[in-house]
Amino acid sequence: MLRFILTRVSLVIPTFLGITFLTFILIRLVPGDPIEVRVGERGISPERLAQFRHELGLDLPLWRQFLDYVWNILHGDFGVSLITHNPVLTEFITLFPATLELALTAMLFATVIGLPAGILAAVKRGSLFDHGVMGISLTGYSMPIFWWGLLLILFFSVALGWTPVSGRLDLLYYIEPQTGFMLIDTLMAGEYDAFRSALRHLILPTIVLGTVPLAVVARMTRSAMLEVLGEDYIRTAHAKGLSDTRVIGMHALRNALIPVVTVIGLQVGTLLGGAILTETIFSWPGIGKWLIESIGRRDYPALQGGVLLIATSVIAVNLLVDVMYGVLNPRIRHAR
Amino acid sequence: MSASQSPAAAPVSRPPHPLLEFWYHFKQNKGSLLGLAVILAITVIAVFAEWLAPHDPNIQFREAILTPPVWADGGSWRFILGTDDIGRDMLSRLMYGARLSMMIGLIVVTLSLAVGLAFGMVAGFFGGMVDVLIMRVMDILLALPSMLLAVVVAAILGPGLVNAMLAVSVVVIPHYARLTRAAVLAEVNRDYVIASRVAGAGPLRLMLIVVLPNCVAPLIVQATLGFSTAILDAAALGFLGLGAQPPTPEWGTMLASSLQFLQRAPWVVTWPGVSILVTVLAFNLLGDGLRDALDPKLKR
Repeated sequence: MLRFILTRVSLVIPTFLGITFLTFILIRLVPGDPIEVRVGERGISPERLAQFRHELGLDLPLWRQFLDYVWNILHGDFGVSLITHNPVLTEFITLFPATLELALTAMLFATVIGLPAGILAAVKRGSLFDHGVMGISLTGYSMPIFWWGLLLILFFSVALGWTPVSGRLDLLYYIEPQTGFMLIDTLMAGEYDAFRSALRHLILPTIVLGTVPLAVVARMTRSAMLEVLGEDYIRTAHAKGLSDTRVIGMHALRNALIPVVTVIGLQVGTLLGGAILTETIFSWPGIGKWLIESIGRRDYPALQGGVLLIATSVIAVNLLVDVMYGVLNPRIRHAR
Repeated sequence: MSASQSPAAAPVSRPPHPLLEFWYHFKQNKGSLLGLAVILAITVIAVFAEWLAPHDPNIQFREAILTPPVWADGGSWRFILGTDDIGRDMLSRLMYGARLSMMIGLIVVTLSLAVGLAFGMVAGFFGGMVDVLIMRVMDILLALPSMLLAVVVAAILGPGLVNAMLAVSVVVIPHYARLTRAAVLAEVNRDYVIASRVAGAGPLRLMLIVVLPNCVAPLIVQATLGFSTAILDAAALGFLGLGAQPPTPEWGTMLASSLQFLQRAPWVVTWPGVSILVTVLAFNLLGDGLRDALDPKLKR
């Protein structure tokens, strides 16, 4: 078991180094170096330029710069934002809970609806319900989510006035961040009205971000269930006289869940990527909006650090899924 | 593709032509037929936009700013789907936008397919260090959320339609590389490949003429689905201001530039979105149908 986990972890290290190298190189590809970005169009004397370059280590050979970069990262130094002058890691940690909260509720939304829908569609294969679920999920999968968000705002926020248009909380409330999760913080502070407000703010972004994962989960659940339902042990279970509910819920579902869990894990990347669009539409103060703003402000250290940190979290989650998968399914563990 | 027996082949000794057999399976799926029809219609619109569009997409009818669609109050037959905030005809812009989107899809798929195919072929064929190196790089690209990678590449290259297409292409290369490699690995030790190797075929001939034709099926499916990803992601980049720039009638860009009229004139936001959705959905439907028809493992 330990050996399995260690193998998986060691496989991740080259990927991580590769991502680090990629982010390092990508930023070098930007026309103009960080000094020019910082100085702007005012210009600067050659001596000062050389001094600045020396201070930032830009006069060193590329491989030294890369080693320094990796060294700093290993010490938790992801650079300093050009605009706010805060460490990138600090900014990331402040904003990450907002993105995580949204991603988790979106995943919950996708699973709670997608799983039963997929199961029912498989059980009632070929029925109107099956076709409906498949049609809707293909539409959801094809949805330009930035437009979907606008439609929902137009309908629920503007026309019906049920939900707020943007942000995480009404301006009436101020909640001191404890966990960074607004739903938990408001409850901890005992502010139930603020909790309701936070919940109302979450609804539309959750639906928008959860739409694509919902479609994926429903489709995956259906096909995994269909595969399992054709197995001999299902026929055996039926022949034993077990009720349909028991056969589907106990015998079929447990085996169908394995690929579904993997897919849910793999959606984390989609969620963090989709957060860029969703957060931009809803002015959600998370990582995605921060990255887009960093691009707009040409704040390349923030962009570089942010991308690396997001990639690291995606890798970490995938690793976790991988290991969990091995724990749940011994066949995988012993396969290689 | 392995030859599979068609259920309709009764007493006839000769098996049906592969294309006929494919069509037989493909037309079972009504959804993909619909998808194909929609794609054909959009292609016609895209190709003949000059003749079909009622107006020039960039002419501003200053007297008709934010005219609603024809069926709404104040709409007119002159602007069937209404006009935008500076009086340009929505329908015409959407038609020219179709041309852009189809072009984006075509270029992105061609580019990423070519590069991914080359990487996958080389990796699967030569194995060893080359394989490890290529696939590691692909894994690294896959570890980044695709939208994030596209945004970063577009941000670094600078906003613009060409750069957005490049960004989206880079993001999808690993999918083709992986798929090709897997298909090549499945074929490379088959008897017919060994036979032609023994007969003296060089690596290039083996790769392109012997093995490649037997790896196309999954690639065709992926390329079709790649169209929808390309159109969707390019539109998303346009929406974020990193793709095509106004006044280009790209659907995502159109959406972004008329955001502030969301409440007053919902149609300026509705139509570009509907166009994206319908096009992407059509390609996904077609891709699903192609997969069912081309993949022998999934055949009923």
